Amino acid sequence: MAVPVPAESALSLLQLMLRMRRLEEEVIHFQRDHQGLIRGHVHVYIGQEAAGAAGCSVLRKEDRLFTTHRNHAHVLAKGGDAGRILAEIIGRADGLCKGRAGTFHVADPALGILHTSAIVGGCLPLAAGAAYAAKLQGSGQATVAFFGDGAMEEGVFYETLNIAQLWQLPMIFYMENNAVLPGERSGRGSPSSEHSAEALSDIPQAFGVLTQHVDGTDAEAVLELMQDLVARSRRGEGPFFVESRTSRWPGNYGSVPSLVGGDTDISWAWDWQSAPEVVRRWEELSDPIMLYARKLLDRGALTIDRLVELDGSVREEMGHAAEFALNSPLPDAAGALEYAYA
Amino acid sequence: MTFGQALAEAVEEALAEDERVTLIGAGFGSAPLDEAREKYAARIKYPPIAELAYCGIGIGAAMCGVRPIIELSTGTFSYEAIPQIINEAAIAYSNSGGQTSVPIVFHMFHGIRGAGGVQHSGSPHPWYWNTPGLQVAVPGTPADAKGLLRWAALKSKNPTVYMNHTRLLNTRGGVPEGPFEIHFGQAEVSRSGNDVTIVACGIQVPRALEAAETLARDHGIEAEVINLRTLQPLDRVTMLGSVRKTGRAVVTDESHDNCGVAAGLAAIIADEAFTSLKAPVKRVSTMPVPVPYAEPMEDFVTARPDRIVAAVQEIVPGR
Ligand SMILES: Cc1ncc(C[n+]2csc(CCOP(=O)(O)OP(=O)(O)O)c2C)c(N)n1
Ligand SMILES: [Mg+2]
Repeated sequence: MAVPVPAESALSLLQLMLRMRRLEEEVIHFQRDHQGLIRGHVHVYIGQEAAGAAGCSVLRKEDRLFTTHRNHAHVLAKGGDAGRILAEIIGRADGLCKGRAGTFHVADPALGILHTSAIVGGCLPLAAGAAYAAKLQGSGQATVAFFGDGAMEEGVFYETLNIAQLWQLPMIFYMENNAVLPGERSGRGSPSSEHSAEALSDIPQAFGVLTQHVDGTDAEAVLELMQDLVARSRRGEGPFFVESRTSRWPGNYGSVPSLVGGDTDISWAWDWQSAPEVVRRWEELSDPIMLYARKLLDRGALTIDRLVELDGSVREEMGHAAEFALNSPLPDAAGALEYAYA
Repeated sequence: MTFGQALAEAVEEALAEDERVTLIGAGFGSAPLDEAREKYAARIKYPPIAELAYCGIGIGAAMCGVRPIIELSTGTFSYEAIPQIINEAAIAYSNSGGQTSVPIVFHMFHGIRGAGGVQHSGSPHPWYWNTPGLQVAVPGTPADAKGLLRWAALKSKNPTVYMNHTRLLNTRGGVPEGPFEIHFGQAEVSRSGNDVTIVACGIQVPRALEAAETLARDHGIEAEVINLRTLQPLDRVTMLGSVRKTGRAVVTDESHDNCGVAAGLAAIIADEAFTSLKAPVKRVSTMPVPVPYAEPMEDFVTARPDRIVAAVQEIVPGR
């Protein structure tokens, strides 16, 4: 870090990451503890929090964010209300989209998350369109598209990248490569198994797009990078491409996400050896929250007591949010017919 | 056996019986195919998330003597491949004056699966039925699943869109022993009755049968249920024969109504059996709104058996 992150900002970044983690844990609790509450697939963001938290913390309310099927924590990081996010995930009337969208499509247009697609690559051209609008309108709004490595298998990625570069659109392609081995996060990076490119980041470079790598488990590295790119895109520069590398959370190996090591225990920050075997290596090397908490403890920016207190308040918030969602009524059945047209 | 098992048998037998058969994608939902995946690994490809390209690659291979089965999983993902399916596969035979044929199967799961949300609940078959050059199969029973897929994969000379409903996978039904095919364009009378004809395909077949049981039990109405099995080619003879007998028709399908399957079938009935009709043809489709996620709304828009019952009651005098 060129300029050290002030202690206050560091703490709020850590707190945001913890909120994202605890939110997703509530989703898994819903699935585990309430028969039939979650009827289909859910995708959780556990293990990628540093990227979303740091990336969103430099955005303003009016900036545009596009996300994917793995959207819950992105919406929270952009400022979304936890209770209304959880209500949406279980299809309740108080959900951010009135229960119509569900887990795949959580969005919060008031916060610049206009539409969330679960089609792989589905939002990439929309993000370029938002950047095009910002450019036409001279609004200085930033546009960030979070997407997975899988989207680089889709043709629409290439078409969008090309046009974004041709038209010099002020947007950030933030690609989350989320199954990288710990040792490779800061190297050249491993491509997804379904891609012929030796490194995915070679691709935007071939299009002449300014491309950066970042260890997506390193909150301050993401913060420093995104501060720079967002500031530049506000001045109309771009497009930019970021490859953000994280390592897969062990709970994401099965067909549904599962808390294989139980809820995250905050003591793993200073004592990862006490984590259950299934998650121990991951907690040691790859959990962005534990890595950051450990760093702040080492740096003296945080005490164990303060960390435990912080986590306690986050758990309380998410407990209330879960309760809010569970108490929210189901939407009226006949309301289904609303909103087909504006 | 279950629908999924029947589907798996068809895939496995097709691979075994004709070495031109290849798979691009091999998910097939929960269909039990582990052994086949191993045994025929040399003829199975697992593509990247690139529907447009892998469908096109299948089409090109089919033009050159391969018989691909493309497994797209969720049917709406086929929208990503529309340019190849509609603009290339469908037209190649006609456009070449009958020289280039495209014997390929696009397999997909469609429909309101339960919490699929707006992008995983769609029913694309009207898109494909609206496209001359494509065959469209929408099996309603395990026997259909097997017999139709065998015919498409092993015998057909044309591109086939093969549409399974996600909620049919675990349904059960009798399946004839050994290899058998169901030629496209042969509907089945799933239940006989004299008061009204219910025309259905896919998941609407069990729903129509359920509705027919309710009608018989609670209202003394005997409905005849026609399982179309394929939309293109369409067995007009069986469908119209039944309508001429009963004089009344309810058409039901899990797609939206505008230019939808129920609308298309109703038009054919009105056109060709007009003088036999004693009442207007009624349609029961998914309601005209993107399918919402929350269960009550999702249920509300579905072409449920009780909506079929209500439609029948509208046109059959009360008993
Ligand atoms: C067009 C399309 N094809 C297939 C799918 C099914 N699908 C859902 S998530 C996924 C993998 C996406 O991988 P990646 O983009 O790396 O995101 P990750 O899940 O790793 O966050 C696939 C293939 C889809 N949603 N959309
Ligand atoms: Mg990925």
